[in-house]
Amino acid sequence: MLQIPCPYCGCRDESDFSFGGESHVSRPLPDSSDAEWSDYLFNRENPKGIHYERWLHSYGCGRWFNLARDTVTHQIHAAYKMGEPKPDLADVGND
Amino acid sequence: MKGYSALSVIRNALSGHRKWKPVWRHVTPKKHYDVVIIGAGGHGLATAYYLARDHGIRNIAVLEKGYLGGGNTGRNTQVSRSNYFWPQSSAFFDRSLQLFEGLSQDLNFNIMLSQRGILTLAHNHHELDGIRRWANAIMINNIDSKVLSAPEVKELMPLINLNCRFPIHGGFIQRRGGTSRHDAVSWAYARAASDLGVDIIQQCEVTGIKVRSGAVTGVETTKGMIAANRVSIAVAGHTSVLAKMAGFRVPVTSMSLQAMVSEPVKPCLNTVVLSPVIHAYVSQSDRGEIVIGGGADIYNSYAQRGGIPKLEECISSVVELFPAFSHLRLMRQWAGIVDVTPDTTPIMGKTPVDNLYISGGWGTGGYKAIPAGGETMAYTIANDQPHPLIEGFGLERFKIGALINEGAASGVSH
Repeated sequence: MLQIPCPYCGCRDESDFSFGGESHVSRPLPDSSDAEWSDYLFNRENPKGIHYERWLHSYGCGRWFNLARDTVTHQIHAAYKMGEPKPDLADVGND
Repeated sequence: MKGYSALSVIRNALSGHRKWKPVWRHVTPKKHYDVVIIGAGGHGLATAYYLARDHGIRNIAVLEKGYLGGGNTGRNTQVSRSNYFWPQSSAFFDRSLQLFEGLSQDLNFNIMLSQRGILTLAHNHHELDGIRRWANAIMINNIDSKVLSAPEVKELMPLINLNCRFPIHGGFIQRRGGTSRHDAVSWAYARAASDLGVDIIQQCEVTGIKVRSGAVTGVETTKGMIAANRVSIAVAGHTSVLAKMAGFRVPVTSMSLQAMVSEPVKPCLNTVVLSPVIHAYVSQSDRGEIVIGGGADIYNSYAQRGGIPKLEECISSVVELFPAFSHLRLMRQWAGIVDVTPDTTPIMGKTPVDNLYISGGWGTGGYKAIPAGGETMAYTIANDQPHPLIEGFGLERFKIGALINEGAASGVSH
């Protein structure tokens, strides 16, 4: 069971939350090529290491936020609000 | 290598079983191979075997970072079936089931195929309508399928609780579906490939893929650089990691999928049962263990262990379906990393890098595809063009929008 630190409510059990996939995926401009559009729609980083991802506190405040979580150890390095930039995790030594 | 036979069992019994030989050769990697296959799971080994047997390419290495068959090939619930919806999937997966049916003879290795049938449950009227449509589509694809009423389901498996939380209205069965022994499948392909001259190299992790002017030239490994004319990736959960080494992106999410077995009990369940609604599947192994699987964890994961919430969800579903199983104790629980694609159809064929091929995106259903996956990838590598059965499974389908959405069509949920 993950203990997820919601930036609005504090730490709650994983079962309170829904997962929203990779964060910081930006929609291409209207004149983008088919290749760019397909990359945006389907391709994901899916890293073995730190993943920047969206979560929804479904059974809590009902708000979206971001986590920086390691996909191997499940350690959560940072929780930050939507619209905020990726935190600098250079000292963790993995990106 | 001598084949297995009743006579060889008797002869070895008389010598106290001390004279059995290792079934595949232990080798140190050569500097160069015609084909290097990354991943000695079922798919990698089967690809090597069919390349050597059908296409005359013998200078092949299969590289494995851990031990042979120790990834998802050894972690699945051993189910084979071909009850898909779309014609492309049906043709491919039924070819696989047909190969499974002859595999023990082909490879002279008892894979213990048991075609005990696979039953999919419907828990409401609308789902039963959907299942009728699905079962009809399967029959139109020339694959066996039959809709069963709730009493027929009860007759097939007396332990089932029809009036559970989501009452059972019926289901459909593919009688040719069933289980086989997954370790035997990987060992059988490994032995057969090794006999044909394929080098299987374990504890050899690929750390880089060498690409020069758009074509692959070899791989860097923990046992040194290995040059290769052609390279094929068959690494299940690590597809994204390997693709990144070669410089392209894939539409894959890695997740952990868990399964578990109970202590062994007397025969009490002679069919594989699955429920798409409450998301659980259950069967009984030849040793008597109740084998249980469920949904994948909801988040990206490369950790080969499952989360407790999914475990609880899965067990509570199975206990609701089969109240008698609440008395069982679990012996083992484990997880594998599955590479899920947006349309839950695998990714097979060529890649943006010349002479580099991929077989991945198997999600939760790679085991049943091992024989046909190996056969079609061998053809694809040997001829540098996709086998007719997998023409629609290439990476380009995501650019042209020709998805094969089994997720929506036949309830492949991840």
